[in-house]
Amino acid sequence: MQTTFNTPDTPPKIRLQNLSKSFSTAGGIVTALDNVSLDIPTGCFFMIVGPSGCGKTTLLRILAGLEEPTSGCVEVSAPAANRPANSMVFQGDSLFPWMTVYENAAYGLTLRKRPKGEIAEVVAHYLDRTGMRKFAHAYPHQLSGGMRQRVSIARAFANDPDILLMDEPFSALDEQNKLLLQEELLRIWEETRKTVLFITHSVDEAVTLGDRIMVMTAQPGRTKQIIDVPFERPREVLALRARPAYGELVYSIWGQLRDEVQTARTQGEGSVKA
Amino acid sequence: MSLLSEGSETLPKIKATGSGWRLSAGNRDRLISAASPFVLLIIWEILVRVGFLDARFFPAPSSIFSTLVDLIRDGSLWSNTWATLLRLFWGFFLGGIPGLLLGIAMGLNRPLRAFVDPLIATTYPVPKSAIFPLILLIFGLGEGSKIVMVAIGVFYPVLINSTIGVLEINKIYLDVGRNFKASRWQTFSTIAFPGAVPHIMSGIKLGLGLGLMLIAIAEMIGAKSGLGYMIWNAWEILSVETMYVGLIVIALLGFLFSIALNEVERKLVPWKNLR
Repeated sequence: MQTTFNTPDTPPKIRLQNLSKSFSTAGGIVTALDNVSLDIPTGCFFMIVGPSGCGKTTLLRILAGLEEPTSGCVEVSAPAANRPANSMVFQGDSLFPWMTVYENAAYGLTLRKRPKGEIAEVVAHYLDRTGMRKFAHAYPHQLSGGMRQRVSIARAFANDPDILLMDEPFSALDEQNKLLLQEELLRIWEETRKTVLFITHSVDEAVTLGDRIMVMTAQPGRTKQIIDVPFERPREVLALRARPAYGELVYSIWGQLRDEVQTARTQGEGSVKA
Repeated sequence: MSLLSEGSETLPKIKATGSGWRLSAGNRDRLISAASPFVLLIIWEILVRVGFLDARFFPAPSSIFSTLVDLIRDGSLWSNTWATLLRLFWGFFLGGIPGLLLGIAMGLNRPLRAFVDPLIATTYPVPKSAIFPLILLIFGLGEGSKIVMVAIGVFYPVLINSTIGVLEINKIYLDVGRNFKASRWQTFSTIAFPGAVPHIMSGIKLGLGLGLMLIAIAEMIGAKSGLGYMIWNAWEILSVETMYVGLIVIALLGFLFSIALNEVERKLVPWKNLR
């Protein structure tokens, strides 16, 4: 069964209206986001794909409350009481090196002063689901990159936010680890089906994980196209990738993206010359 | 130390094929390090006995040792050391805590940093010993002036290193704090402070060195007790051995403090690979 999110009567979880963001740099004003409007329905696993420098991270950071838009507005439907609006899984190493795996995963709940018993239960659950329970008392420097990213995911999920923001969380991992973590992420996500906004530069990842994909243009970042992914859930990553329909979808999205990567590249060359 | 122990990982294999008594390179180095002061003392003793070194300036280690025993017996060494330790403690407390708090606050808050930075930059280079007469004038000949000297000495390195420690924290950690809605206090206690601890510890170690230096100077001029006073008084009565005893005790204090601080650091920063 295909999940469709085209029900106009339910208000979207996230609505972006004419969102723009520009930065002033030494080389003048750079527009990272240009007039992006977007609705993300509740429970949607929403993917944003674009060439590097297209402002997709900026978009996420605005939603995470880490940047202010230059113009336009963000509407997010209010989260349930006691629940944070969003939690972000960062791209790089974002675990606190001075905290153990457990303390890291418990961070959000600890800040919100939840009862100790509840914290222990929730954290144990997500460390279990990410296979990190036996490393609960290890420090991040003792873990591999893949393990650290698992803890990062556990930290975001354990905080029980309304929306999960993921900023290329697997981009630094090797192929095998990436595949495993994608599968794990899908399994954990199936439990709660929270709204996810996931940024990636990998078309494969977008089609594997997402319900809907937004392709962004090269700088300045605009919406190029929005594509629905027709595959049913729960998904089996490898089985999905073996299907002809998967390959076709990846191919057609690549067609969209290729021009943009090309543009981004010539822009890059231009700025080197300048 | 780390340089030496690195070598120990590659050397033993070659050593093991050799005959005779085997000692891992690491243990051998430790033995050499432990023996070196004794070798030096023995050479020193011999040179004095032979008459090569002038005993008026470089008394033999054996006579320094007997003076040490005398000073321990009459209790003066202990009371002077205790006086110095107390001043160091209060000075550390009064200078270190404000330095730590202000330093971290400066690291977190740009306007505060912009405001305080020039004040620090202009007052820090002033030799602390040059302020001592002024401190004496303000705080008098009692304990206050000595404690303030130590406090000033400790304040700067702790403040400067705490600020650097916070500024060097990877921005991503502060982003995590903001995304997880950490309050001001939570940002301080869960990110800024623990993240800055390695730098803070080096600030404290520097502060300790400065504190010992300043307390010795301060006690020479305006005190009737303490190790600095003991050394100065020994000069006035020409008891060179007592001077050496004072120097040895100060050196020993510095050594013990740095061992203790390293231990504290290992406890506080288990996440930094110290090895």
